[in-house]
Parts: sequence; C-alpha cells; structure tokens
Amino acid sequence: MMIVNTIKNGVVLDHIQAGGAMEIYKALNLDKLECQVAIIKNADSVKMGKKDILKICEPIDINLDVLGYLAPGVTVSIIEDSKVVQRKHIEPPEKIVGIIKCTNPRCITSIEQELPNIFKLTDRENLVYRCIYCESKCKKHGDIK
Amino acid sequence: MKSLIDIKELTTAEIDELIVVAKDIIANPQKYSEKCKGKKLATLFYEASTRTRLSFEAAMYELGGNVLGFASSDNSSASKGESVADTVRVCSGYADIIAMRHPKEGAPLVASMHSLVPIINAGDGGHNHPTQTLTDLLTINREKGRFDNLTVGLCGDLKFGRTVHSLIGAMARYENVKFVLISPDELKVPGYIKQEILDRNNIEYVETRSLEEAIPELDILYMTRVQRERFFNEEDYLRLKDTYILNMSKLSKAKEDLSILHPLPRVNEISVEIDNDPRACYFEQALNGKYIRMALIMKLLGVE
Repeated sequence: MMIVNTIKNGVVLDHIQAGGAMEIYKALNLDKLECQVAIIKNADSVKMGKKDILKICEPIDINLDVLGYLAPGVTVSIIEDSKVVQRKHIEPPEKIVGIIKCTNPRCITSIEQELPNIFKLTDRENLVYRCIYCESKCKKHGDIK
Repeated sequence: MKSLIDIKELTTAEIDELIVVAKDIIANPQKYSEKCKGKKLATLFYEASTRTRLSFEAAMYELGGNVLGFASSDNSSASKGESVADTVRVCSGYADIIAMRHPKEGAPLVASMHSLVPIINAGDGGHNHPTQTLTDLLTINREKGRFDNLTVGLCGDLKFGRTVHSLIGAMARYENVKFVLISPDELKVPGYIKQEILDRNNIEYVETRSLEEAIPELDILYMTRVQRERFFNEEDYLRLKDTYILNMSKLSKAKEDLSILHPLPRVNEISVEIDNDPRACYFEQALNGKYIRMALIMKLLGVE
C-alpha cells in the first residue's frame, strides 16, 4: 500500500469515481496551483471498491458547481491544523452558470457570445442538464469551457 | 409582467380560459373591437413569415390597437450586429407587447429577460412555437368540443417538426388521448419525446409507416410536410416524398367526422381535391390563429 502523508492545511476531495480524478484536476484548474497536489488513483474503498482521491496542500476555494456537475457524490473535506473542520457531500447543482458551453449551432448563444451559458438540471436521476435557451442536452463533460 | 415563450408555461386551465375567450371573440367580434385601443404591438420578425406575422398584426388591429415592427433581420439593427437584448430594451419602450420570431433557438427567452413588456414567442427556429400550438388546440376544441378521448394521428416529418412535438406535449396532458405516429423511419418522433412525454406519462401510442392503415381509427389527422433538406440522400427523399400524400382514395377509409389539420404551408402532402371536403380544417385553423392570438394579447396585456 502506498502512503501519502496527511495534509496540515488544505482540501481533500474523496470518493471520486475511480478514473475520474484527472478530469476534476483539469476542470478545477489544479494544474495552475503552486502547492503540492496528490492525485491518488484506484485507492481501495469499502463502499466503492476503487476510488480516486485528490489532496491539495493549500486552502483554496473549490468551485462546487463544477465539482457537483462532474462528480456528484464526492466528499470535500477542509483541513486546518491537520484536522477536518468541515466535510460536505456534493450534490449535483440545480443550475450551472458559465461552466459548460452549449454546442447546439442553432442556439442563440452560438451567435451572441456575451450571453451567459446557463444549464438547468432537468432529470436528477439521469443527471441530465439542458441549456435554458434551446433546451439541448449537454454532452456530459464534453462541453466544459 | 408575463410572457409566453413555451406552451408548457400554460396550465390546462389557462389554455381553457384562452379558448373560451377566443370562442367569444368569434361569436361577438364587435365586443372586442376596442379592447386594445391605444395599445401597440411590435412584431420583431428576424425571419420571413406569412401566417404568423399577419395573424398577429390582424389580431391587434381587430382589438383596436396598432402595430409596428420589422419583417426580416435585413430591415433591423440586427444586420448591424445589435444583440437581441439591446433591440428588445429599445423596442419595449415603443410598444406595449412584442411578438418575436427569430431563427435562433432561445432568442425570445433572452428577449423576455430584458424586456419591459410581455414577449410572445412567435417561433424560434425549430424549437418552440406556442401560438401555433394554441391555434391547433383551438381548432381541435372547435371541431371536437373536447380534448380528451381522442385518437390523434400525426403524419409526415415527426422528427424535426416543432409543431408536432409541442402538440404531443400539450395533448398528452388530457385524459385518454392516444397518438398514432405515422412517418418514415428516417423521420420518426425523437426518442426523448417518447421517453419524457409519452412513456413517462403512460400515454398510449403506436408508430407506423402506413397512413392508409392508420387512417380509419383517427379522430384528428395532423399532416406535416416531408422536406427534401431533411434527407441525407436524394434517393431516400424521392422514395418517400409521395408516401404521405393525403388524397381522396386514402381519405375514403377515414371516419366521417375526422378533422384534418395542417400548420401550413402545404406543398403537395394534402391533395387540393381534399380542400372542399368537410373534414379539411386547415384553412379554418389558420383563421383560428388570429382569434387565439387576440385572446392571448388581451391576457398578457391584462385586458378584461
């Protein structure tokens, strides 16, 4: 078993679907951080079998809408002085603004670029998001700005 | 201030209310001739339209109001690159209500977010066209006197036809409505309409390629045009284009009280020999469009 040290101050994203960490890493722009970031793939999990974990050794603001859209069910833990001071299960957001772009060429957003891209969760069971303007279904993960 | 962007925004009670008013307008036009005196309708039509724009304008004139606007984007500031939001901010200072048609889906919703006055979606690309659906509903109601216990046949291009999708959504809310979906395989009703409207609400429907086989059981036949540009190859289009022409021979198998609807324009999918048959309702339907728009304008302007 590989040992990754606990962090003193920072954020841990746990219960990521195995194989999903890199996508979250990119979408949250963690590659731009100066601090240490650990990407743990295929860790053993009682609940999930295998899971991914991201450990960020700096207190940063996480865009929970991006996270909730990409990986609902993830646990976010805020660590201060090596203690978990806050833990949150991330639900899919009802509305996502400015995160994904509508790819429907017939949508008004295709010609009016300054309009905010807004998607609404229309089917919670199947995690379907639709553009509020043209109602096109977003192609999951493919349309992230 | 309320707008109408999507037919789903209206409850069945609100639709019933509009239909009652529209029928009263038909019966007593004089009573309504000054209801909108001093009010102005702006028709902002970014693409060509015959029935929709003229029926909106006729509706406002018959309510005693006035009309201003443009009939194509070439004649508006859109040709200079002005956004929908800016155009609407300006025009909502000139008019009391706006009817907008735009080739891009969602443009009327954007307009409603920035307008000071009610916006009516008069068609946004292949997306929504709520006043066409209201027109269809008024026609069905006038013909049948009800919305429930009907077998509704939809024929032709069921894949891209926005009027078909909206009508399915609107009619699916009534009791014991059965749909018969008549189209070539290439132009079937999209899966999401079947899953999200028909299957989810346990609505009975059948899909068939044969108009002749389906026609005897129908109470309503909603015809649409099979368009050349929808096909990937000319061969398929030529093979299918005449399959769904309604002629006297096919109509002879239909019920005596069938009602034939079509959103128009028609090309050749309904033979002209049908026009004088009492079951043909499509020209009446176009006229109904004016009356339901009168009722809608009054409702959105808060005119009693």
